[in-house]
Amino acid sequence: MLKLASSLLAATVLATASPFAMSADQPVIGLITKTDTNPFFVKMKEGASQMAKERGARLVTAAGKQDGDNAAQVTAIENMMTAGAKTILITANDSKAIVPAIQKARAKGVMVIALDSPTDPQDATDALFATDNYKAGILIGEYAKAALGGKPAKIVTLDLFPGHPVGAQRHNGFMKGFGLAAPDAKVNELGKSAEIVCSADSYGDQAKAQTAMENCLQKNPDVNLVYTINEPAAAGAYTALKRAGKDKGVTIVSVDGGCAGIRNVKAGVISATSQQYPLKMAALGVAAGVDYANKGSKVSGYTDTGVTLIADKAMPGVESKDSKVGEQLCWGK
Amino acid sequence: MSTSDAAASKPNAPGPHWPAGLSVAVLGPVIALVLACAFFATQSDHFLSGANFSLILQQVAVVGVIAIGQTLVILTGGIDLSCGMLMALGGIVMTRFATVNGMPPVLAVLCGVGVTTLFGLVNGLLVTRIRLPSFIVTLGTMNIAFAATQLYSGAQTVTDLPPMMTALGDTFGIGSTQFAWGTMVMLALYAIAWFMLRETAAGRHVYAVGNNPEATRLVGIATQRVLLIVYVVAGALYGVASLLSVARTGVGDPNAGQTDNLDAITAVVLGGTSLFGGRGVVIGSLVGALVVGVFRNGLTLMGVSSIYQVLVTGVLVILAVTADQLSRRGAR
Repeated sequence: MLKLASSLLAATVLATASPFAMSADQPVIGLITKTDTNPFFVKMKEGASQMAKERGARLVTAAGKQDGDNAAQVTAIENMMTAGAKTILITANDSKAIVPAIQKARAKGVMVIALDSPTDPQDATDALFATDNYKAGILIGEYAKAALGGKPAKIVTLDLFPGHPVGAQRHNGFMKGFGLAAPDAKVNELGKSAEIVCSADSYGDQAKAQTAMENCLQKNPDVNLVYTINEPAAAGAYTALKRAGKDKGVTIVSVDGGCAGIRNVKAGVISATSQQYPLKMAALGVAAGVDYANKGSKVSGYTDTGVTLIADKAMPGVESKDSKVGEQLCWGK
Repeated sequence: MSTSDAAASKPNAPGPHWPAGLSVAVLGPVIALVLACAFFATQSDHFLSGANFSLILQQVAVVGVIAIGQTLVILTGGIDLSCGMLMALGGIVMTRFATVNGMPPVLAVLCGVGVTTLFGLVNGLLVTRIRLPSFIVTLGTMNIAFAATQLYSGAQTVTDLPPMMTALGDTFGIGSTQFAWGTMVMLALYAIAWFMLRETAAGRHVYAVGNNPEATRLVGIATQRVLLIVYVVAGALYGVASLLSVARTGVGDPNAGQTDNLDAITAVVLGGTSLFGGRGVVIGSLVGALVVGVFRNGLTLMGVSSIYQVLVTGVLVILAVTADQLSRRGAR
């Protein structure tokens, strides 16, 4: 126990005190992710450390303890500034609550780049490198429209949770792509429509999505299209449909592009998913940080890191790549 | 949820005597459940059906079984925060053993249950031998179990399970309604726990330890041993919940169970078991879990955001503990 405590202490000191191991001209770049465990962020870290190695930067990383943990991210910003970071890349757990800490860092000359999800307001950071989630929604909406082939749609949406911009952007983008009247990309509320017969919050969690889908099926047994916020939610929806003997006639679409999700595209569980690229977000962020350290030039504005529709059954008029392409660029195992 | 003094204090008394049938403590939650069902029946045509009720039972099975273990711990005056994470760890161990290591499914399941039971033993030893408060001990083991789950699984969901492992998620028909085997396991466990707590000396000792540990020790009951056994049995029950969760979702999910500890405590409290220990009926915890499940299901059928289920749960929890506190004061 004592040994554990002292090694923990040593680790804390190493992480917070001045980095004696670095050479003077090696730029320090901080990466703060939502959590340590989500494969999406593991991939992000991989992209950052590859680029840091390539460009001769030193990468320090930290993460929240769980989704929504703002305090740990604030602490991480402070610690990284102490460690001499001149660029901090962050995927904020709380898009609003993190802003004061970011402002303090920027006031001291640190360049802050948001990865994956914007802060609120978006210009609280110097730049944003992220997926266009509205576009990700549009792609699967268009695909779903083609896949249904003119049949009247009965749609279930398994959303994230109330008030999250990414959840709203994907949901509303999906509606737009499907040809329904939808709120635009800036609106933070979920669009409604007669075709959407049931909407439920899944929290992006497989078990919760399964429960939500089961309850929706009680209400509307003749559902033929399911939009899901991410691939675990899609897997939960599929389990519910399969148990109810309805897995054949229902199209499931999703967003993410993790390896488990791509495998489910291959297996026919998910018809189409919009794949995003965390590795690229982080790699671009590190490169920008090195440029800032060497040349003093900051990046600004929004950079779309791209999204690709992955589907094994291509639909006429909808551009997509198959699961083999998706597998090469996916994250996780 | 009002209770008369005499009726409320009776299940309190250690000893073999206890009012027949369901006690007053469980009446409040039953009334809440019936009212909720009546309300949703008027709001949705789909609510009142065998299939829907079977579904709600399936949906509460995992938390329901965890709540049995939690009830045991709470009856002794303790609390177990580690239950949900132990459930997740058990699920990851059994699914990885069966797939990655190619172990026969039955053996893999036993290993998973073994791990959660072992954690229960650790909880129990720390509570009884070092006399640490259960809240702190299980806060520690909760974090350890979570980290172990993430590290061992690499935060990856385990898929392609052997069919035998998910058999409890399969259904069978009674009339036109399909029931899941997992539901039956939960109901059987409640029946066993109810019988054990009510009819056996060991069960009465659990109440006695929660009621007045000092008096219980003085009459010659090995209170520390009773406590230890309670934590071990609770651990084993979390392992069974692991299997039910794996069977229901068809995967080993490293992110399972993150809110199940509080969900289980909610079910126990809604079911009328006193957080001060010594009083309560285990069946009440099932009713408590069902109240939450019925609101989640009914609100979705009505097309209302499930956040209202969280709101209602909060109100009901306060009502339940208030009723307990008032009846306790009255009994004095």
